[in-house]
Amino acid sequence: MIRFDEVQLRFGDHVVLDGVTLDVPDGSTTVLLGRSGAGKSVLLKQVVGLIRPTAGAVWVDDLRVDTLDREALVPLRRQVGYVFQFAALFDSMTCAENLRLGLVRQGLGEGEIAERVGAALAMVGLADVGERFPAELSGGMRKRVGIARAVALRPRYILWDEPTTGLDPVTTATMDLLIQRVARDLGVTSVVVTHDLRSAFTVGDRIALLHEGRIRAHGTPDEIRASEDPVVRQFIEGRPE
Amino acid sequence: MSDSLPARAVRATGHATLRTARALADVPAWGPQLVVQMGRLGVASIPIALFIATFTGIVLALLASYIFTGTVPLYFVGALVGKTIMMELGPVLTGMALAGRVGANIAAELGTMKVTEQVDALETLAWDPASYLVVPRVLAATLMFPVVTAFAIALGVAAGWITSINLLDLTTAEFVKGIRSFYQFKDVWFGLVKAASFGAAVALMGALRGLAATGGAEGVGRAATRAVTLGCEAILVLDAFWALVLL
Repeated sequence: MIRFDEVQLRFGDHVVLDGVTLDVPDGSTTVLLGRSGAGKSVLLKQVVGLIRPTAGAVWVDDLRVDTLDREALVPLRRQVGYVFQFAALFDSMTCAENLRLGLVRQGLGEGEIAERVGAALAMVGLADVGERFPAELSGGMRKRVGIARAVALRPRYILWDEPTTGLDPVTTATMDLLIQRVARDLGVTSVVVTHDLRSAFTVGDRIALLHEGRIRAHGTPDEIRASEDPVVRQFIEGRPE
Repeated sequence: MSDSLPARAVRATGHATLRTARALADVPAWGPQLVVQMGRLGVASIPIALFIATFTGIVLALLASYIFTGTVPLYFVGALVGKTIMMELGPVLTGMALAGRVGANIAAELGTMKVTEQVDALETLAWDPASYLVVPRVLAATLMFPVVTAFAIALGVAAGWITSINLLDLTTAEFVKGIRSFYQFKDVWFGLVKAASFGAAVALMGALRGLAATGGAEGVGRAATRAVTLGCEAILVLDAFWALVLL
């Protein structure tokens, strides 16, 4: 279970999050929707302690993440796979080395590392790119290698930051299938940050809309579709202000 | 301490330096990369250091001859060239050149990693950026700056010698006599100790500015520029510090 409890985040006078409360149940895929700059990604980063809230608490199971120091965060981070918006692959390493890095830190043997790297790349349909560098891949392929890097860790949680942004419709649909497949095959708890409505309704068990620093609506895809909240309707229908 | 900008900068640098020192304990993170960084930051810097040292040696010999002619025996040219290059110009000019090359390189590389979220990715994979990125670069520069400086000193003195016997009225024996008459072993280790401290400072400034980069390409450029400036300033401050402490 991931829980955000009255999370606030301010950068100087700028209020980004103004009391976000949200539960992400185990085994579910919760989609966090919101306009660009709404604070979705910074909320996600708080789950692994990359950003600390100004006030409030972030819980992962019984761990209060926002109070943990760097060393105490390590065991948590080993259970979390993070898929970055632009993949954030290490460009000085091959794709296989990118995947290998997290596994080495887990203390695995070379045999198991090789097996996991191969399996993760195969899962995202890129079994043959292990020796290529990220710069040699397309944007969609880089995102899939980023997913493989997260999956190879065999995490309990996967955090997806804008997994379909910048992709063509076909690759977006492929990515949606991949998110669903990862959730189903690995049984992970996922939080997907996106502003892509079609993706949200495809992959989400639950959907939350972040608006003006707070969770404006939270429910199943059907409940969100049926919502009469004007802010939700405006977002779903894509109407200008 | 007041909360002025310089005070905050000093506090942040001190905090980051302490964090880097603590990260030394994480040998599995930095160990495998040390040799690679020694090659990139040290070996690859030798040509520029040798280029600078060559012309420094030539100019010093000509300058010494200009100053000494008619007042001091000319074999003192060897003394001035040797002493000055070993103790001051070798380490400082090499350090300055490497502040540009190494400091900017580290700041740009780590800055790019920062703004493209590669540093965040490293953290989510349970690696400490201080252990994985900063320590191997700082250690490599600390170990390799003296090596590069030693080559620069050797070539600078050789350039001064070749200039003396070809362009001045000096023989090899006179040039060597000048060097030997004032030489102390301290001249060498003083220069190399300084060089090691310059290496640590330049790499640390590069790493800290790089990891503090924000805002895309412009932010990376600012980080690289600031790293070079801070590296040069650190070299001058350390140069004065060692002169006060060791001379």
